[in-house]
Amino acid sequence: MTATAPELMDLTAKDFASDQEVRWCPGCGNYSILVQVKKVLPTLGLPREKIVFVSGIGCSSRFPYYVDTFGIHGIHGRACALATGLKMANPELSVWVATGDGDALSIGGNHFVHMLRKNVGLKVLLFNNRIYGLTKGQYSPTSEMGKRTKSTPWGSVDTPFNALSVALGAEATFAARGLDSDPKQLCDVLERAAAHQGTAFVEIYQNCSVFNDGAFAHSHKAGRAENTLYLEHGKPMIFGKQRDKGIRLNGTHPEVVKLGERVSMDDLLIHDEKAPEATLAYLLSRMCRPEFPEPVGVFRCVEQAPYEKRVHDQIAAAKDQLGPGSLEKLYAAGETWAVE
Amino acid sequence: MITDSMAPTRPTSVEELETVTVRFAGDSGDGMQLAGTQFSNASAMFGNDISTFPDYPSEIRAPAGTLFGVSGFQISFSSKDIATPGDQLDALIAMNPAALKTNLADLVAGGVLLINTDAFTESNLQKAHCDSNPLEDDSLKGYQVYRVPITQLTLRAVQGSGLTAKQSERCKNFFALGLMCWLFDRPLEPTFSWICEKFGKTPALVQANSLAIKAGYAFGETAEIFATQYRVKKARLPRGTYRRLTGNEATVLGLVTASQRAGLPMFYGSYPITPASEILQELSRLKNYDVVTFQAEDEIAAMCSVIGASFAGSLAVTGTSGPGLDLKQEAIGLAVAIELPVVIVNVQRGGPSTGLPTKTEQADLLTAVNGRHGECPLPVIAALSPADCFTMAMEAARLAIKYMTPVILLTDGYIANGAEPWRIPRLEELPELKARFVPPRSNGDRFQPYTRDENLARPWALPGTEGLAHRLGGLEKQDITGDVCYDPDNHQRMTELREQKVQGIAGDIPLQEVVGPEQGRLLVLGWGGTHGAIQSAGEVARDKGQQVACATLRYLNPFPQNLEQIIRSYDRVLIPELNTGQLRALIRAKYLVDAEGLNKVKGRPFMIGEINSKIDQMLSEVSS
Repeated sequence: MTATAPELMDLTAKDFASDQEVRWCPGCGNYSILVQVKKVLPTLGLPREKIVFVSGIGCSSRFPYYVDTFGIHGIHGRACALATGLKMANPELSVWVATGDGDALSIGGNHFVHMLRKNVGLKVLLFNNRIYGLTKGQYSPTSEMGKRTKSTPWGSVDTPFNALSVALGAEATFAARGLDSDPKQLCDVLERAAAHQGTAFVEIYQNCSVFNDGAFAHSHKAGRAENTLYLEHGKPMIFGKQRDKGIRLNGTHPEVVKLGERVSMDDLLIHDEKAPEATLAYLLSRMCRPEFPEPVGVFRCVEQAPYEKRVHDQIAAAKDQLGPGSLEKLYAAGETWAVE
Repeated sequence: MITDSMAPTRPTSVEELETVTVRFAGDSGDGMQLAGTQFSNASAMFGNDISTFPDYPSEIRAPAGTLFGVSGFQISFSSKDIATPGDQLDALIAMNPAALKTNLADLVAGGVLLINTDAFTESNLQKAHCDSNPLEDDSLKGYQVYRVPITQLTLRAVQGSGLTAKQSERCKNFFALGLMCWLFDRPLEPTFSWICEKFGKTPALVQANSLAIKAGYAFGETAEIFATQYRVKKARLPRGTYRRLTGNEATVLGLVTASQRAGLPMFYGSYPITPASEILQELSRLKNYDVVTFQAEDEIAAMCSVIGASFAGSLAVTGTSGPGLDLKQEAIGLAVAIELPVVIVNVQRGGPSTGLPTKTEQADLLTAVNGRHGECPLPVIAALSPADCFTMAMEAARLAIKYMTPVILLTDGYIANGAEPWRIPRLEELPELKARFVPPRSNGDRFQPYTRDENLARPWALPGTEGLAHRLGGLEKQDITGDVCYDPDNHQRMTELREQKVQGIAGDIPLQEVVGPEQGRLLVLGWGGTHGAIQSAGEVARDKGQQVACATLRYLNPFPQNLEQIIRSYDRVLIPELNTGQLRALIRAKYLVDAEGLNKVKGRPFMIGEINSKIDQMLSEVSS
């Protein structure tokens, strides 16, 4: 990377605001996400033109219009595929994908898992509101079983996807969860994602105030301490207003325990986001209310060369070994003959 | 080519021919494609013009001996310029009963028929549904039949080279090749060097295959069953260095050339599909040419990845066949809307649905021109022959870059797999290609991504360039600014601009050439891979004194500017196509001409004779 020009250090969130009027509904969780993203972008040490936002279709996918960087508002479900080609063609760009639960996990499910498996160097923000907002209220692949929506008047009979479980099953090297209702936590997670080489996947609990209001009410301020578990690498898993509860492993099952005479800190699970296998991260991803507090923060962060680097290293090696290609050589490959 | 040691032991009469068509036919595991390819190489290197037609089943290893497992490789070689692999066979080599049964009808009366008698077992006859053994009944009367125990002779020839019995038997295609090389006086050297290169790491295979081909050649020479050896003189081709090229190979060379000439790295995103996969495979070997290949998770991802790569400034290309083109269409629409250059190579095959994966057809024309929702125009061009894929791949890249648009290049299974000699061009003969990127700016003015140049192309502004930050998207954009815009008049204007841009290309492409009289009774109009058969039929007709002109289109959208005037210069227009009338529909709609069709959808190319019969019929109608 070239040296950062001094004026870049002076960029602020304001510099990333585009001249477009933001058109999300009043009270939409996307506003909070937009604010935090604009706060994180100046910390990248990159000029605006090195940053690209790519999206598919849905409320989340209007995101590129609202940040003054390069951007593509693509077609439904294909943001990950568009961004993969972009990043492979120019690995120097910082490429961000804004997607939703329908866009990434339903119509774009195939691209989502293959991008993760390849570890393409993209920051992927999945705004999960558990509903189709832009099409006005049908259930999504993350909607709970039994959920009544416009297209499930008798209740959904689908088993929902757990976005983090899917990502971890697809070999995610970075998987995290953020809350639109906790700006500081979201900002921290976004900064961690920005620093990751390879696919940095962040599921963001996002409130749709019109079609699925309160879907994540448990994680809002009042109940947050009791209902969420803030993950910290190397620290025991403690939660609760009084910080008096924790997670312990019983065989292969996690359980909630109360700290006291019988249970000490030493009995609690210690978070290890760098574990080579995703087993612990997966186990955490399965912890759901009401039985468990829902973990937020970084579930997994392991180093692995990003896809585009492996691709370009191979090209460099081919050039070293074979020399740069010449058309004359290419044409004359195989058997040739002369006609006089 | 015949050395002293191989000198004939008896006089054989030698017959000189202008053009010969032969077919190697056998089980799909018999190595017929390989034998045919080597025979083609030998013929090309000897100096003949050649045209080939590989025809194989879509099953990788169909059950041995069955009718549907037959694989064939046809080659025509000539002392004159030829454009098709021939209508009828002068010689057929049949490695088993199924191959004989499925191919015999194409052999000309009195033609040479070489049969591997060892394969005519009771079980193979049954698998081929033969009621009686054709070697014993009268069915082969009327051909020059040569019964050769090819399997036995091969096993004997390779004895001692250390191969297993099964490996030894697999050398029989080389014995067959050797025999055909003797019969048609082809050199063995090209095959020897190929064997050494291919099997160099396994000396036993080099030895065995070389022994088998020599044995086949020597058998022809010494076994006193062949009355005649055939010779085809060298063709008078333009001076230069040549190589043999299939259409898919030519497409690869054309794309890499375009990328190098334009100074753009190439990005090829694709999903494996018959018959386009060779393009992905070949390009993936060319990493030192700044080629990034991406085997995407599906056809849609392949198309989207190339749009992303195009945004970043690569020469972005995808390749596919019919089913894949269907899947790509929505994303192609995005490329039309955001006006980014992309080349889409569609190697057509028989449809609908999975259709005939390994067989040829021209039935994707309308879907290429019109197959997207909304008003979604883009240039569509087609290659006429295997070697023409080189030229048209470069042309597709030129149009895409110059007009900031996706371009569909149509080839087909027939020209993609077929081969012909290709004169290697000198670099100075190649067209210039230029990509213009918007330079960085620091004046603080807002960049306007939807301004247009004299060709109505919008600027190509790469992410990473200072001062050019902008957002593209599939929502309708405001003219000039590119902002999302639902204004009714703006949508009308943008729709018209996109159409005008594509139609304007008509002024930037060559005028259509016509072979034959400039006006007259009949114009035969075709497009793409049927070029060879159509032009050959035209020659036959004019030799007979018929007033017939031929034109084969490479530009399908827009059409060349002089096409209407050409069409109006003839009493009648015949449009032969390997579909049910797709070009005809476009021509009729555009020019209100009552063109007539000759339409075939059998998964096979036109025979010259089929077109001549139709010409004869139409001309007799005119005169009656």
